[in-house]
Amino acid sequence: MAASNIEVWQLGTVVEVEKIATDVQRVVLEPSLPRKAEPGSHIDVMVRIDGTEDRRSYSIVESSEDGTRLAISVLKAPLSRGGSVFIHSLLPGDELEITQPLQNFPLRVGAGRYILLAGGIGITAMINMARVLKNIRADYTFVYAGRSRAVMAYLEELQEVHGENLVVHVDDEGTPLDVHSLVDSATEDTELYMCGPIRLMDAVRRTWTARGLSYPNLRYETFGNSGWHDPEEFIVKVPRLGLEVPVGKGRSMLEALEDAGADMMFDCRKGECGLCEVRVLKLEGTIDHRDVFYSARQKNATEKMACCVSRAVTSPTGLASEASASGPAVVTIEVS
Amino acid sequence: MTVVRTQSSTTNKVLGYPLNVWYVAAWDKELTRKPMSRKVAGRPLALYRTEDGKAVALADACWHRLAPLSMGKTLGKDQIQCPYHGIVYNSAGRCVSMPAQETINPSATVPSFPVVERHRYVWVWLGDPTQADPELVPDMHQLDSKEWAGDGETIHAPCNFQLVLDNLMDLTHEEFIHSSSIGQEELSESDFVVTHDDGTVTVSRWMFNIEAPPFWLKNMRDKFPGFEGRVDRWQIITFRSPSVINIDVGVAKAGTGAFEGDRSQGVNGFVMNAITPESDKSCHYFWAFMRNYRLDSQLITTQLRDGVHGVFGEDEAMLAAQQAAIDANPDYEFYNLNIDAGGMWVRRLIERQLEAEGRLVPVA
Ligand code: FES
Ligand code: FES
Ligand SMILES: [Fe+2]
Repeated sequence: MAASNIEVWQLGTVVEVEKIATDVQRVVLEPSLPRKAEPGSHIDVMVRIDGTEDRRSYSIVESSEDGTRLAISVLKAPLSRGGSVFIHSLLPGDELEITQPLQNFPLRVGAGRYILLAGGIGITAMINMARVLKNIRADYTFVYAGRSRAVMAYLEELQEVHGENLVVHVDDEGTPLDVHSLVDSATEDTELYMCGPIRLMDAVRRTWTARGLSYPNLRYETFGNSGWHDPEEFIVKVPRLGLEVPVGKGRSMLEALEDAGADMMFDCRKGECGLCEVRVLKLEGTIDHRDVFYSARQKNATEKMACCVSRAVTSPTGLASEASASGPAVVTIEVS
Repeated sequence: MTVVRTQSSTTNKVLGYPLNVWYVAAWDKELTRKPMSRKVAGRPLALYRTEDGKAVALADACWHRLAPLSMGKTLGKDQIQCPYHGIVYNSAGRCVSMPAQETINPSATVPSFPVVERHRYVWVWLGDPTQADPELVPDMHQLDSKEWAGDGETIHAPCNFQLVLDNLMDLTHEEFIHSSSIGQEELSESDFVVTHDDGTVTVSRWMFNIEAPPFWLKNMRDKFPGFEGRVDRWQIITFRSPSVINIDVGVAKAGTGAFEGDRSQGVNGFVMNAITPESDKSCHYFWAFMRNYRLDSQLITTQLRDGVHGVFGEDEAMLAAQQAAIDANPDYEFYNLNIDAGGMWVRRLIERQLEAEGRLVPVA
């Protein structure tokens, strides 16, 4: 239930930090105004990146019954915008600004069947849901896919708790997830909740729609932080405002434009609402659409982009190593 | 858990309402394909039925700009469309169409609340949905049992729901408020017995060998034409936390063994009350009067309903005046008398539930 998402900023004191998988740090916080965290909820955290403050959302992996302890777990992504580095630097006793648990990804009680799908660090959004489904003895399958066991946080613990309900897919063990057979196992009264990289979620979305399953039964949460391509530095030009701004790997186009003094409209800053829309006038390179606002048709048309998450790239394959040697992508836009 | 205790909150003039409970939101007949709005426990709801008749309760505020969905229309099998910019939701509260864009925003949902239809009432659960067990719906089987006949109405009472519970738990007021129908002196004079357990409070009162007041004399004559004489009268009030009060009422020819269990020489009614908080100062008071004699007489059903309507109208006027006086005298406290024992146990059970939900807070 999205009862209230009016933010209440407060202090969160770090009480435990622990490395629980390769590059994954678990951080336990004590909020100054505790509130019970519903499954699917997250907190927003003020992170410091190079001396400036920025805001990030992290799923609540676990919370105590009364909400006095909240655990988040963060992957240090080599190509991240810097928030994860900050979280990894935290030590017990540190204090940070956080919100109360916010809810955009509510679990509905009462579906006939559930599939929970976690890809990689997306596991953090699903653990609390799975716990509730187990407690209410729902019919559920919990699918956890990752590149290798070493990077899959919470794996052993989840196997213990969920037993046969947990299905594990590990790429480097030759048991990768087959999206088609996963979606084939969904019935009309199945709700599928997922969190993971955008490639995985796109594949599930497409298969789900192709199978004619009810779209509202497919639930997902996106923080707009993964794309089809690795992020590259690129250039954005706004002729009307006389701007030509480089967008670094760790910045969004929206942030770069704001820094350059453009008066930008936005709301969600995670590729959902479409308020940050800019019109593409000219493009040297490709657009890596990372939003869920535009349809596939609109994305292919490359006329518009959600500048809070989407980027311009040169690499034809998506791999940063194959980015063009002859200079960054350039996107020329008009803003509202 | 932060539980703040006031001294003796049992006497609070405004008692909060638990959320992890089933509340009656409406009569079954009120829900149709045309959405209606009703506020339950502080939460405005849009109530409607799907094409195959299933009752649905959604938050009555569109995810987009909070326009009331109850002003919208139902579509397709189970959907409702916001009247303002046309977003469509299914009965689970999930957006299925956003007219102004090609995709559906994954966050676009409105809360959908668990609903159970039972005993002619539509019950909703506004608290933690994982606890919404239909088995917890209080027993009100007389409302739709073959052995009982009757009907009821809804009163929109402009008072805290607790004032209605107080009213029903102490029927000595009948002598004063309902003097022309069911009141009589013996009510205040007779002894009563109060018992309670974790979820119920019972107040029983028996009056032996008394004159039947007009309402009961008429009922006796419906069953026993031409009846004259004295009666034994009973009122057995059962509260089921936090919002249901069933009252077993009746009279029997004096000395024919009703108290011992043989009610064959009498008439028996059940007043089925469900008091649903709307706000701190208003509630929906659903009631019905059921009887177990002359089941086939629609005339008696209508007469009883109209009769009780008149009686409860007298309560309603008093409850409104009482709430107004409470509001007008914020510095005055309640005083509790011996006759309030039933109501005080009710308050204590509700207070315990509020405490269990971490919601027992002092009222300013
Ligand atoms: S701000 Fe919402 S999509 Fe960019
Ligand atoms: S307020 Fe409902 S669609 Fe805009
Ligand atoms: Fe009364």
